[in-house]
Amino acid sequence: MSPTNRTVVVTGIGATTPLGGDAASTWEGLIAGKSGVKPLEQEWAAEQAVRIAAPVAVEPTEVIPRPQARRLDRSAQFALIAAKEAWADAGFTAPAGEDSSIDPDRLGAVIASGIGGVTTLLDQYDVLKEKGVRRVSPHTVPMLMPNGPSANVGLAVGARAGVHTPVSACASGAEAIGYAIEMIRSGRADVVVAGGTEAAIHPLPIAAFGNMMAMSKNNDDPQGASRPYDIGRDGFVLGEGAGVVVLESAEHAAKRGARVYAEAVGQGISADGHDIVQPEPEGRGISHALQNLLDNTDLDPAEIVHVNAHATSTPAGDVAELKALRKVFGDDVDHFAVSATKSMTGHLLGGAGGVESVATVLALYHRVAPPTINLENLDPEAESNADIVRGEARKLPVEGRIAALNDSFGFGGHNVVLAFRSV
Amino acid sequence: MAATQEEIVAGLADIVNEIAGIPVEDVQLDKSFTDDLDVDSLSMVEVVVAAEERFDVKIPDEDVKNLKTVGDATDYILKHQG
Repeated sequence: MSPTNRTVVVTGIGATTPLGGDAASTWEGLIAGKSGVKPLEQEWAAEQAVRIAAPVAVEPTEVIPRPQARRLDRSAQFALIAAKEAWADAGFTAPAGEDSSIDPDRLGAVIASGIGGVTTLLDQYDVLKEKGVRRVSPHTVPMLMPNGPSANVGLAVGARAGVHTPVSACASGAEAIGYAIEMIRSGRADVVVAGGTEAAIHPLPIAAFGNMMAMSKNNDDPQGASRPYDIGRDGFVLGEGAGVVVLESAEHAAKRGARVYAEAVGQGISADGHDIVQPEPEGRGISHALQNLLDNTDLDPAEIVHVNAHATSTPAGDVAELKALRKVFGDDVDHFAVSATKSMTGHLLGGAGGVESVATVLALYHRVAPPTINLENLDPEAESNADIVRGEARKLPVEGRIAALNDSFGFGGHNVVLAFRSV
Repeated sequence: MAATQEEIVAGLADIVNEIAGIPVEDVQLDKSFTDDLDVDSLSMVEVVVAAEERFDVKIPDEDVKNLKTVGDATDYILKHQG
């Protein structure tokens, strides 16, 4: 096989999410149909229209030593926790170089977020106003820069082939994984640590998203607020956390005898060219991304059995995605078990593509699709276009090679579709 | 009331412990901030600002580079504290 068309596989996974402090507990929560949404108890929440969110289940300061934690933005803390888990899960025992099975010059890191170090930026502005110039932390710049999580992960694992941060709002995490697949396929790297992170539970983002009418105001029923495809959905619930995968050329993985979760088949990317925040209602841009995926990979629609949908629980977006799937795949959609895991995790913005790629890979590995919870009255437009996994997890075919998609779309009209396949 | 040498070392030990996680008993007069106590250039700025506040002293940026050891910082604070 030519070095520009190499097979890429997933050999490690890690996560810290509203459902658990690692990938295993997150997966358990997803399969059990557990909601991570809670009332916001902070003092500042009282005056907000939106008073619910999905915070991480395990505070990062319980895992990262304090001197290190205080110089990392919360989004970088999440990324580092998930990346270290994924790195160890892939069988690496030390940073590249120290672990001789991986050459630092052949290792990359691509970790993205939608907003970057927003809590650091806002907190340090408060320090500036309240305590003066001298008290602003000298760590502020490396903490708030959007490439901070990627750079910190790169340092932790010893990545020297390239450290990158694609930014595309809520598609960022998926775009990072797509970028990483390309780094390996094109021969720039043998292994890339890739994923998404976000930490934006702060009064300003919540006020701003709330005023856009993008978030659910179902404050009286936190666990029922994120309800993709339900007729009563009224917006997303903000979540936080990170999901990271270790991607590796199949050849490199085989050489070191690594366990392979799934093949990372490739990505389809497009832009809506429609509106800065509204999704194109017929899913034209999404269809384009799906078509690109089919045109640029050897993915066979007959293999696809599962879709981890973007489905954030907004009235327009959820249905546009299903229309696009139907348009591109036709009757094949009837054998896609479609899951909206944001019904449980909330919407992790730039972290979503990372966490949901972990979920998609595990769905293939365990051959189980997680449920979509809170689906009481299925929107007829959703029902006519797709087979939604409702209420409880569903078993996927036990025989043969199966494939799954993970969709992520972002403000700005960014569409990223990732495909994974069992091995 | 001016702090004694002993009080200043104890105060610096608290600060270095908070910022770099070094045990307080390891923070002694002959220890270098960068070589012995895991305080890099950015963290040194934090140590200086915390010390200014604690001991009511001004440490201009141009003087910070001369504060290599805990002893250097202690002497500086003894001499300049308000």
